[in-house]
Amino acid sequence: MPLWAKTGKTMGAVTVTNLTKTYEKGSVTALDDVSFRVEAGELFGLIGPDGAGKSTLFRILTTLLTADRGTAGVDGFDVVKDYRKIRNTVGYMPGRFSLYQDLTVEENLNFFATLFGTTIRENYHLVKDIYEQIEPFKDRRAGKLSGGMKQKLALCCALIHKPTVLFLDEPTTGVDVVSRREFWTMLNRLKEQGITILVSTPYMDEAVLCERIALIQTGRILSIDTPDAIVRGYPDRLFAARTDDLPRALADLRANPSVRSTYAFGEYLHLAFRQNDTENVSGLSRYLAEKGHSGIEIKPVTPTIEDRFIDLMTRETTPS
Amino acid sequence: MRTLKFLLRKEFRQIFRDKSILAMIFIMPTVQLIIMPLAANYEVKNIQLAVVDRDHSSYSQQLIAKIGASGYFRIVADPRSFRDALRLVEGNRADLVMEIPAGFERNLVREGAQNLALSVDAINGTKAGLGAAYLTRIIGDFNTDVRLEWVEPGRFNPMATIEVTSLNWFNPRAEYRFFMVPAILVLLLTLVGGFLSALNIVREKEIGTIEQINVSPIRKWQFILGKMIPFWVLGLIVFTIGLTIARVVYGIIPAGSLLTLYVFAAVYLVALLGFGLLISTFSDTQIQAMFVAFFFIMIFILMSGLFTSIDSMPVWARTIAYLTPVTHFIEVMRMIVLKGSGLADVSRQLLYEGLFAVVLNGWAILNYRKTT
Repeated sequence: MPLWAKTGKTMGAVTVTNLTKTYEKGSVTALDDVSFRVEAGELFGLIGPDGAGKSTLFRILTTLLTADRGTAGVDGFDVVKDYRKIRNTVGYMPGRFSLYQDLTVEENLNFFATLFGTTIRENYHLVKDIYEQIEPFKDRRAGKLSGGMKQKLALCCALIHKPTVLFLDEPTTGVDVVSRREFWTMLNRLKEQGITILVSTPYMDEAVLCERIALIQTGRILSIDTPDAIVRGYPDRLFAARTDDLPRALADLRANPSVRSTYAFGEYLHLAFRQNDTENVSGLSRYLAEKGHSGIEIKPVTPTIEDRFIDLMTRETTPS
Repeated sequence: MRTLKFLLRKEFRQIFRDKSILAMIFIMPTVQLIIMPLAANYEVKNIQLAVVDRDHSSYSQQLIAKIGASGYFRIVADPRSFRDALRLVEGNRADLVMEIPAGFERNLVREGAQNLALSVDAINGTKAGLGAAYLTRIIGDFNTDVRLEWVEPGRFNPMATIEVTSLNWFNPRAEYRFFMVPAILVLLLTLVGGFLSALNIVREKEIGTIEQINVSPIRKWQFILGKMIPFWVLGLIVFTIGLTIARVVYGIIPAGSLLTLYVFAAVYLVALLGFGLLISTFSDTQIQAMFVAFFFIMIFILMSGLFTSIDSMPVWARTIAYLTPVTHFIEVMRMIVLKGSGLADVSRQLLYEGLFAVVLNGWAILNYRKTT
């Protein structure tokens, strides 16, 4: 049992203890004994591919779904017993744009403010930075907004009742690069206002923007730490290799016994060796040349979160 | 209460922005009420008759003329033989074949009796049955004429005959539209109450807005009332439009009190909204909801006594008919509009509708959950 579970109810913003959730009468496991804790005021990232269980976790924490086993608390309230209190205090932005397309920007915001018994004016300071960007279009129907603006409006609507914890489920999926960057700047500003933020994303490059991240895969948490620490946890030296024929090189490298793992990474192949040996690189160059490759280049690189994630993932599936 | 007010404001705003819903609410009743009773008519007219006249006598001519003058038949052909006539039936150009045998006039005069052959295309049952009945009656009339001509006046009629004279109460001229228009009004209410409400809630599921609502502190009853009240109001508006059209276009002025009508419609709508709500709790997409609602409403309408008499159904079918809310409302509409029945006369049906309202809504509310 994790340590905090014994200390009882604390004001940690989100506590998740041994949470398990299955679908289809237990045949599909969405969450498998997940435990973690998010401190108040933290910007916490949940990183994992589609189908890893991120949305399920968010839906349990926002009281939309009940878990099969385990407990979870938000703001010290239990998600099952005190679900009503949680609904008053959390903000939730689902992955899919889900505002009223036939209401205008202002009407949507107004509606969600009144649902929580508040007004736009009362909490305007919270959404001001974001709302100012979409204010020129406040009389436009939400359905007619561009993707980035929809996202901003959805964030405003999730914020307007001054939540203590904000759940953002893949907020940047399908949003252009510039808007994504803007979005993360906004999140950091919200964090400064003391709001705890849980954000999920399938994009590894966004992971470094969080204070702490949890890598999640097929319902299991692989690792929880700061992005730096997670990268530092990468066990081997990492190399990037390329030849003029990448697909064939990938097959050849996989066939080579000295290579522990290799995968395509942009225009390079990332690879790690089984043993740390100074002869590794030259040996591999020779091997590739023998296989008839041209334009061979092998160099050491610093691992990224994605490398660590792939590393953890392969360990998970093939225990050595 | 304040939350409910805002929910209602949002709901009405959305409804009035959706042009297709507006069209459905205002144009559908108008079109249906104006077209349906005029087009769908039980009176069978324009029956296509082929006459095989083998006699070519003055009597056969008289009979044919009499049939032609009745207004129900169109004499489309005079084929030479019965075989030719059947071919016309096969080609769908004739519905009825009447064969006048050779020696028709002679036998009628000399022997006082003659046979006629009628062949009916029974694919369209109603048309066939009514057509044969009309024709038999015309021939019967003709028969009386002939007898009057030949039997000496004043002579005692040896056969005692019972002549039946019927009087139509509440709808003296047995006008089809008086019978149909009130029932079609019920149909319109059913569509607004059952379909629109179900689709509306499922749409929130489809867009995902229901998730946003569910994570808010808004209560279940607030959400449900917020959805039901607008469609309840719309239903009553449609009802009013329908009653106005019935009055202006068909001159149908309810014999009973308007208040009784509205009280019944109000309760009926609550039952139907419960039905819509129930469907919405079972469906995830509008298409699903549409098909489920369509399936039930189809049964409701076909079993409701709108087109066929419930009393002539087999017992099991009658049981089903009485288990649908539509049946009782159609019955009551006709009672109030044509007969002028009061609240006391329809109290049994009102009780049924009340039961439907409680059961359907209760079930729907139990089934509606904020968590999945």
